[in-house]
Amino acid sequence: MAEPTTAPRDQMKEPVKSSEINPKFKYELLKEHGSEKILKCFQCGTCTSDCPVARYSDTYRPRTLIHMATLGLKDRVLKSETLWLCAACFTCTDRCPQGVEVASVIRVLRNLAVEEGCVPQVFKDQMTSVLESGYAYKIPDLRIKKRETTGLPPLPKGNAESVKKSLRGVKFLKHVEAKGETKP
Amino acid sequence: MSAPKNKYLLFLGCAIPYRVSAYEISARKVLAKLGVELVEMPEFNCCGLPLDPVSHETMLILAARNLAMAEQTGLNIITLCPGCAGTLKKVNKILKADKALKEQINGHLKESGLEFKGTITTKHLLQVLKEDVGIDNIKKSVVKPLTMLKVAEHNGCHILRPREYIGFDDPEDPQTLKALIEATGATCLDYMDETECCGAPSVGVSDKVALQLARDKLSHVKQVDAQALITICPFCHIMYDTNELRIEKMFNEVYGIPVLHYPQLLGLAMGMCPEELAFSELRVNASKILKLVNEGAK
Repeated sequence: MAEPTTAPRDQMKEPVKSSEINPKFKYELLKEHGSEKILKCFQCGTCTSDCPVARYSDTYRPRTLIHMATLGLKDRVLKSETLWLCAACFTCTDRCPQGVEVASVIRVLRNLAVEEGCVPQVFKDQMTSVLESGYAYKIPDLRIKKRETTGLPPLPKGNAESVKKSLRGVKFLKHVEAKGETKP
Repeated sequence: MSAPKNKYLLFLGCAIPYRVSAYEISARKVLAKLGVELVEMPEFNCCGLPLDPVSHETMLILAARNLAMAEQTGLNIITLCPGCAGTLKKVNKILKADKALKEQINGHLKESGLEFKGTITTKHLLQVLKEDVGIDNIKKSVVKPLTMLKVAEHNGCHILRPREYIGFDDPEDPQTLKALIEATGATCLDYMDETECCGAPSVGVSDKVALQLARDKLSHVKQVDAQALITICPFCHIMYDTNELRIEKMFNEVYGIPVLHYPQLLGLAMGMCPEELAFSELRVNASKILKLVNEGAK
């Protein structure tokens, strides 16, 4: 997924129509693990000013995303590509004077975006690898063999069958079976 | 429950066997010399962290599986990857505090014959070195003090944040890695934005943003004339070492900063040779600092 150019930002700047506001969205968020404290946000902007990604992205602004979410702009937030830029460094979480756990709110929003069908390919690949090998990356046979020559013990087994059993019923699975990237 | 302080179950994670074996090789050598016994996990899976952005539930299940498998051995976990350590610590704490969630997750594990109980703890290498081995014992293990080296440290995010779940060093002004570096005799330099993110989690979503973050770090390290950058995370190492040439080309700049895994630095101070510590696996040539170390020892 490429860095969004202008569209998402313009979309964020577009005037808000009352018809696109979902006034209950914030209450949905209060029930999710990680975004329980979203309403404590008083829009000070500590998260954005300390965000290393915001420094280099024209579009990623955690304060704005939280504002839009509490306003009820559910579709705009969940379909926004910038949502996926957070590096999960947790600087915002540690420094938020209101204890909002900003990075966890972003994670909740991403999880909800997934339910709407927006999933960057990189995550589908990792999930596929977990289901096929137990590991997040497919470790090449050559690497596994090389362990012996460098004096390392054999790599512990990643029990894919058992992992699959444990993940049965997980909602995300349906997105992995679908081929190709789902664009917002 | 008290597990021994010098015996740990090694949770390797995926990134290290995938492409950062120098870290594993050097860490095993150094820990053996310090008397820390590593027990291999018979089986493990992804810690769960990479999938948290798309499915918190998947992350919880994967982490709980690992904890449940580890619990059967009665040993505490050591990891080399801060991401794995952070995830296993966090999930252990979350599930112990939330009975309903624990039951839900255990429902997923049941079919595999597993159950999360919450009986063990997880520590990252850094925490074991500080708390269990002790800085004084590390100093005692040094036979070839690296007083000729001036280096910089990069802790990375997940060894420090979020404070609520990790909380073993000060995320705003971390001291542990610095103290461990100085225990080898090397000088650890201060530089701008030391605790900033390497950018690794943004790779694949926006390589441009990710590499810009790594570039910031490399240029700040260069500004203070550090001879090497010392990391303790496989992902940070990939960003600075594997990608250093790519960043140099992208921004038309030259850094030439070797990036060492901390156990490689400590191993040199313990008198081990670069071959033993897998220096040849580093992408950025470290011969300049190895020459300094050799000359200094004469």
